[in-house]
Amino acid sequence: MLINEFLLLGAVLFCIGVYGVIARKNAVMVLMSIELILNSVNINLLAFSQLHNNLDGNVFALYIIAVAAAEVGVGLAMVLLIYRNRKSISLDELSEMKG
Amino acid sequence: MLAAESAGWFLEHAWLIPLIPGIAFVVIILFGKFEINGKRVLPLAGAEVGVASMVAGLVLAIGTAYQWIHHVRGVAEAEPVIKSWTWWQIRGVPFGLGEHIDGLAVMLLLLVTFISTLVQIYSLEYVRGDRRYTHFFAAITLFSAGMLTMVLAENMVQLILGWEIMGLCSFLLIGHWWEERANSEAALKAFLTVRVGDVGLMVGTAIMFGASGTFTISGLHAWANDPATSHTVLLWAAVALFIACIGKSGQFPLHTWLPDAMAGPTPVSSLLHSSTMVVAGVFLVARLYPVFHAGLMINVAGQHFNLIAVIGGITILIAAGLAFVQNDIKKVLAYSTVSQLGYMMMGLGVGAWVPAVFHIFTHAFFKCCLFLCAGSVAHTGSHHSFDMKKDMGGLARKMPITFVAWILSTAALCGVPFFSGFFSKDEIIDSAGHFHYGVFMIVGLIGAFMTTAYMTRATYLTFFGEPRGAAAHFVHGDHGHEPAHADAHDSHDAHDAHAEPVHAAPLSFAKTDSPGLIVVPLMILGFLAVVSGYLNAAPFKIHMFERWIESSIGLPIGEGGIPEPAAFEWVKALPSILLVLAGFLVSLALCKQVFGTAASRWKGLTKRNPVLGAGHRFLVNKYYLDDLYEKVIVYGIAHPIAAAAYWTNQHVLDGIVNAFGIGGRKTGEWVYKNIDQRLVDGVVNGSGTVARGAGGALQPVQSGKVSLYGALLFGSAAVGALVLVLVNS
Amino acid sequence: MLAADLNVAQNVGFGIIAAFMIVSAVNVVRSSNVVHAALSLVAVMAGAAAQYLLLAAEFVAVTQVLVYIGAVMILFLFGVMLTRARVGKETDLNNKSWALGIPVALLMLGIMSYVLIKGFGDDHLEPATQVSTAALSDSIFKPFLLPFEALSFVLLAAVIGAIVLARKD
Repeated sequence: MLINEFLLLGAVLFCIGVYGVIARKNAVMVLMSIELILNSVNINLLAFSQLHNNLDGNVFALYIIAVAAAEVGVGLAMVLLIYRNRKSISLDELSEMKG
Repeated sequence: MLAAESAGWFLEHAWLIPLIPGIAFVVIILFGKFEINGKRVLPLAGAEVGVASMVAGLVLAIGTAYQWIHHVRGVAEAEPVIKSWTWWQIRGVPFGLGEHIDGLAVMLLLLVTFISTLVQIYSLEYVRGDRRYTHFFAAITLFSAGMLTMVLAENMVQLILGWEIMGLCSFLLIGHWWEERANSEAALKAFLTVRVGDVGLMVGTAIMFGASGTFTISGLHAWANDPATSHTVLLWAAVALFIACIGKSGQFPLHTWLPDAMAGPTPVSSLLHSSTMVVAGVFLVARLYPVFHAGLMINVAGQHFNLIAVIGGITILIAAGLAFVQNDIKKVLAYSTVSQLGYMMMGLGVGAWVPAVFHIFTHAFFKCCLFLCAGSVAHTGSHHSFDMKKDMGGLARKMPITFVAWILSTAALCGVPFFSGFFSKDEIIDSAGHFHYGVFMIVGLIGAFMTTAYMTRATYLTFFGEPRGAAAHFVHGDHGHEPAHADAHDSHDAHDAHAEPVHAAPLSFAKTDSPGLIVVPLMILGFLAVVSGYLNAAPFKIHMFERWIESSIGLPIGEGGIPEPAAFEWVKALPSILLVLAGFLVSLALCKQVFGTAASRWKGLTKRNPVLGAGHRFLVNKYYLDDLYEKVIVYGIAHPIAAAAYWTNQHVLDGIVNAFGIGGRKTGEWVYKNIDQRLVDGVVNGSGTVARGAGGALQPVQSGKVSLYGALLFGSAAVGALVLVLVNS
Repeated sequence: MLAADLNVAQNVGFGIIAAFMIVSAVNVVRSSNVVHAALSLVAVMAGAAAQYLLLAAEFVAVTQVLVYIGAVMILFLFGVMLTRARVGKETDLNNKSWALGIPVALLMLGIMSYVLIKGFGDDHLEPATQVSTAALSDSIFKPFLLPFEALSFVLLAAVIGAIVLARKD
């Protein structure tokens, strides 16, 4: 098998995730897109791990899964908090940073 | 616990001695002001932790010393006790932490812990009520920890570690009262001057590591003793290291920071100048003696002589000369320290290793005692003033214990026979003559004369004659907040002791002297100033000290190493005894004339006689060395740079800015005239919606919307990647 | 089965799963129904787990199923429900400037594809040798022990942080 098959799959997933982050308005959907990005990175890590016959990539993939779990937990907690305060999770309305 | 053949528990665990104050420092910093329910966890705000850690260190050090004496008994060449743990490593080069315990280290461990203990006890009273009481004890404890780390360093890296800890703490302590500008400047000066030397330490260590491949003290000894080692490398290593010693030990020409360091509280000066900071440089020379002995030995006109002795000799005279013109009692002592350090350096230079190290030992006691006496005088007798001419005089009767301790220590410092300084200093002078350094013997003798003379002057000004200024207002128990006791200086009775409720009659030891916490350390140190010399009293054939520490020289005595020490003869000691006596008499006579009450033609001589006046000014201005550093060197280097920067700023940068400004204004005018007035106005007037649309098109960039920021982020990342790809392909 | 046959089988398997994943991923970001999007994400995760198996990383694959499909997706569904998203079509899931995402994503995809094809050309993966879980655990608990401990702190902090953020005072 070519390594590029996996790497290109990762690249496609990554770009779909990027599109999702940019295009989505609902905060939960943005979090889902971020999950897509993280998964594409994991595919890359494991592909390289296989290419170099080295376990480090596996270890890092595991760590990324753990970090992603933490990220989703905190992220959803924040979304809930925002929802409770504003009755909406539309990111378009969160524009306090407007210059 | 340990196998029978081990060197002994205390020797094996000497590394605990610096560790305990190190931990104590953390405890003081963290818990010194810690309160639970409004009550302090540590009632003395951390001071008790500091004192306890020093006492613990002292106990361990005594045990170590005891076992070391046992260790060297009946052994010709005692092996040092070395332990090492790898701290970190780079490419297989380990950097260890450990201990290298031999006679020299044991002696200094004992000395440092002992002096630190007494100084901390003294400080309990001296800095009571200070605004940074806790910080003071934290810094002084860490300071001792740094010195102890350096003393038992197993390798150069650990030595540098301790050395730098001390540098940092000296900065903190000298600048303890940093609200006054002079104090913070003195702290900076001390720090920066020492730092100049520290560069030498780094360079020297690097040279030695490059040449020998090791950092360990024992390895460097072996390397320096190896005949195959290149003398050039040794010379450069020794020169670089010696610059560090000059900086740290206040040798000529980097001695200028030491007197300024008097800006710190007196206990700090005492600790710095007796057994720690300034001794570090001498210690480094003594520790790496093979490197210095071989490295700095130069051959001039067929005569071998050692550069260390030259620097030491110059320092003796220069510093002693400066001590004559000081009015601040602590500055007299500071220059005296510089001068005594010169003796130590000279001793090491001429090959008298044992007397030099012994002088470290005895000097610590009497110099510490002198500083503490000065502090006691200022604390109780002169309203916190250190000016001998303005605020002292006639204090002998009022502060008898301080006076006695001062006199004993002064006698030891001057080298009066049967006091400790006599046994160490005279050995150095004697050895200089014996080892064919005739010039330096004369330098040493002149130094002894001058020492006696300036100490007599200081003693006279402080303790005899008419009370002046604050000393005339001296009333026991009055700490200088009520100057209205001009007539009460001979009635130190009980009701005066209660005159000031804030200081509420501190624990009184003598009826008229300082409180007990100050007086007791003075008595202990005064006693030791007398007797400590008898550990190595050549006139009485006592050589205990020599036997305990000579194995740590790192060089064989006799052929191929340092020469055999000279035998003691009273005849050889006679000149120095006579000179001490002469110095005392001459100085006393002059003092009576100059500072006494009776009118005398000696008074104001420096103002009338132009030659003497010039000499006086020369000394008051410290040989213009500070001016040399500040005005010539700093100015000479900094001024052209500053001038160049200023010129660039004025001409080049301003020119560019001005050109841009003018250009901008011109453009603006043109834009205003042509575009704004004609085009834009026309367009706006013609079509308001287009303008609104253009504004609206730019506005979303600063929309505050996360998704847009995300798009910009990823987009710019993609563009950046594209640029990289294009550049690389 | 010959190595070459295995190779062909792997390639075919990869292609099917990859196509399935991409379609699902597109659905995640296109769907106008939040719940559908979440379920599509499950499909992508499952596909990724299958790809991990193809890459011989069975332990990671199992962890992926457990953590992502088992835990993270449940969290997402809870999030969707608690924020009262409608179960059904929603018209305004995309923001106004959604079209900006397409050129950005395409630009990144183009650059990455170019770089990957240029850089790795036709580098072949060795036929998959199974990674033993024991070796993996040795790797985690020996050279990567410190990151592992740090990670457990991150998780702990995240748990506490999530509780603090989400609780009702």
